[in-house]
Amino acid sequence: MADTTFAIHSGPAAQARLRKRYARERRFKLMCLAALGVAAIFLVVLIGSIVSRGWSGFLVTQMELTVTYSPEMVDASNPADGNFRMIVVEALQKEFPEATDHSSMRALLGLVSNGGFLAVRNAVVDDPSLVGQTVTMWVSAASDIDMLNKGYVDRTAPEELRRVDDQTMAWVDKLEADGRIRTGFNWDFFTTGDSREPELAGIGGAILGSFWMLLVTFLVSFPTGVAAAVYLEEFAPKRRWVDIIEVNINNLAAVPSIVFGLLGLAVFLNLMHLPRSAPLVGGLTLALMTLPTIIITTRAALKGVPPSIREAALGIGASPVQVVSHHVLPLALPRLLTGAIIGMAQALGETAPLLMIGMVAFIVDLPSGPLDAATALPVQIFLWADSPERGFVEKTSAAIMVLLGFLVVMNGIAVFLRQRFEVRW
Amino acid sequence: MKAGSGSFFWNVDIAVSLTFFTILLLGLACIGFFMGRRRATVLADTQSAALHSRPVYHGWYVALACGLPAVVIWITALVVGDQLIESTMIASLPQDIRDASGPVLNRFLADAETLAGGGQPTIEITPELEAAARRFGNLRTLEHWIGFAGALGLGLIGFGLAYRRLSVALRARQPVERALMVVLLLAAALSILTTVGIVFSVLFESIRFFSQVPIFEFLFGLQWSPQIALRSDQVGSSGAFGAVPLFVGTLMVTFIAMLVAAPIGLMSAVYLAEYAHPRFRAGAKPMLEILAGVPTVVYGFFAALVVAPALRDAGASIGLSVASESAVAAGSVMGIMIIPFVSSLADDALAAVPNSLRDASLGLGATQQETITRVVLPAALPGIVAGLLLAVSRAIGETMIVVMAAGLAANLTANPLEAVTTVTVQIVTLLVGDQEFDSAKTLAAFALGLVLFIITLGLNVVALRVVQKYREKVD
Repeated sequence: MADTTFAIHSGPAAQARLRKRYARERRFKLMCLAALGVAAIFLVVLIGSIVSRGWSGFLVTQMELTVTYSPEMVDASNPADGNFRMIVVEALQKEFPEATDHSSMRALLGLVSNGGFLAVRNAVVDDPSLVGQTVTMWVSAASDIDMLNKGYVDRTAPEELRRVDDQTMAWVDKLEADGRIRTGFNWDFFTTGDSREPELAGIGGAILGSFWMLLVTFLVSFPTGVAAAVYLEEFAPKRRWVDIIEVNINNLAAVPSIVFGLLGLAVFLNLMHLPRSAPLVGGLTLALMTLPTIIITTRAALKGVPPSIREAALGIGASPVQVVSHHVLPLALPRLLTGAIIGMAQALGETAPLLMIGMVAFIVDLPSGPLDAATALPVQIFLWADSPERGFVEKTSAAIMVLLGFLVVMNGIAVFLRQRFEVRW
Repeated sequence: MKAGSGSFFWNVDIAVSLTFFTILLLGLACIGFFMGRRRATVLADTQSAALHSRPVYHGWYVALACGLPAVVIWITALVVGDQLIESTMIASLPQDIRDASGPVLNRFLADAETLAGGGQPTIEITPELEAAARRFGNLRTLEHWIGFAGALGLGLIGFGLAYRRLSVALRARQPVERALMVVLLLAAALSILTTVGIVFSVLFESIRFFSQVPIFEFLFGLQWSPQIALRSDQVGSSGAFGAVPLFVGTLMVTFIAMLVAAPIGLMSAVYLAEYAHPRFRAGAKPMLEILAGVPTVVYGFFAALVVAPALRDAGASIGLSVASESAVAAGSVMGIMIIPFVSSLADDALAAVPNSLRDASLGLGATQQETITRVVLPAALPGIVAGLLLAVSRAIGETMIVVMAAGLAANLTANPLEAVTTVTVQIVTLLVGDQEFDSAKTLAAFALGLVLFIITLGLNVVALRVVQKYREKVD
């Protein structure tokens, strides 16, 4: 009798069943691990594809020109009105004397970026004594030459399918052989505003726009969010409509960001007539959007302060307001700031609501305050991603790298604050 | 745009006026604070009696007494003043403009305001407009001066009265703390105000939209082409507002996203919660957090530039024609974006399952996989379902990925390889660029916004309630 029951658990059939069960166990565990692996692969591919496309966006191709400011071309008394295109053509003809007819002169002009002409002009405007002299200077090359130099132009493709023709390629190769082409770090990328020409476009304006916007967002949402959280956590009587506020905050946190954009459009622009495209409006809209996040994290921070602190303070005669302002808030401050920084990082990456309130515009000038028309970093990325020119692909990726860099730094600060200052009870 | 017409009226710049006022008032309140605090200390010293409230409360008492009424009177003056200015302006306009339709009149007034501020009006500058602008400028200046003088006067009176009342016995703490409570309450109420603002702003414009386009046609129409002819003589469609293709497109993209995110997110959560060594967990969690922290515009770029071409080429190599703005590309990248969201919510749900259940199952001889699939997952199911609902709501409301990687043209299809458009894409395309605020085209965006808001709100309310319930159970 006892033998048969034992056999169910030990016979060969049982052994096979057990093996099957263990195999299933291993398969399941492996599949779960694979899911994590897939997520990791996605992350690597995402970051990898952006970095591989974007690193060259920080570089700029420059060519060396030997420029002669002949008095026929530039008037020393009025240097700003010189014929600088001709000066550049003459400088290039020194290298390529064969290019004399009209079409080759046009092709020569195509080597140099508009920013290059501007640099030639600015040099003599800054120093009119250059008229009549010959100087050597590095100027930025046109976008197509930049792409060719960075290896994005397929040299083996048939000429009519290529952005750069054979003649220009031969010129560039000669300049390269003469050491007159160099690839430098594009500092201007961080200081200039948008441009229609990829080699001149920078994210300085977008960074400033994001800065002003985040400033407004922080100034509005941090004090308000903390005040609301303090009220709900410390002072609110447990009454019904406080519950309603709570439910409402949780729901607001999950409302799609684009709906906040509609709110900003209807209230700030159409009702209050605030200026369109201004970081002020963007900041206010994002403040309403980040408010729930800040309230929720602040409440968690306040909950983290043990009741014994409050009781001790009350016991020696502090009023409830004094308990909060003298003891609870200072103790919760590190976590509070952590929450605020994470909220700001969220706001920095947000794009959709800004499209609604007109922060999506071609703006060359750097904004000097929250009332100037501006765009923000993610919106700039969106705008460039839409541009057909090949040169903007690397600029977009480079801008994304800058945006991700800011986010990493902000989250890094948050983690640092949390680990360095948080008190564990 | 300060060039051209120039600021040929002496005028108050609102921003400057506001800054000046704020600084002045803050200064006054600061002086009040320090004088009040000092006075309280002196009183306590000279009378050698204990103060009822600490000196700092006396300071706040004076500061509030001079600051609060001033702010209130300033805001009232501006609000009432703007109404008065508008009615005075309308009354003084020439008959023909006053009799014009609402939009024309409003446009005229807005342009007068722009011109008065030194900007470039949208209509031609006529003598009437200049006169109106000059009058507007003068009235605005007067308004600001009155508000300013009133605020300053009241502030000084408040300051004097409060300062005279200071004494050792003054219960300064109570009113100051009561004022603080009101401020805190207002801050908490702002979130309610935001919700009300959202509801009203989308609701009002939607009602206006539905007065032009029947709601039935909007919800059940199969044709979406919102391009209304700009001029009456222009050839082209008259605009059709049947949103079904958008709903189908949104559902398809969301479905594809969940197809990617749900299994990967759930299974990684299971591994992290049930199998992983704490040290492995500490390494893998930040990886998911990074994935969650990447801005959506980056995912959009990734979808449009990497995933969509790759899918198109892959499709071409096996003889399938995949549109370069296919629903698959947008949906799968959206799925990647949602993985960490699903995973962290599922992680919470799994962590909420009491260990006694696991121990009991393992003790009966079940393998870990059997324990997970037959005991832990069923126990965590409500939380997991709620998490998936939140993820769906997130996917429906996601904008940038679809704007950059999905199509613009409404296309009623069930084929995920074709280009579809979504509700959020249409909201963006309808509202970006020049907009006429009264056209059905712009208002349609708000109607779509209303639908989006109602659907996501419904999902959130249900899901949050479940999540909340289970969180309480663990506590």
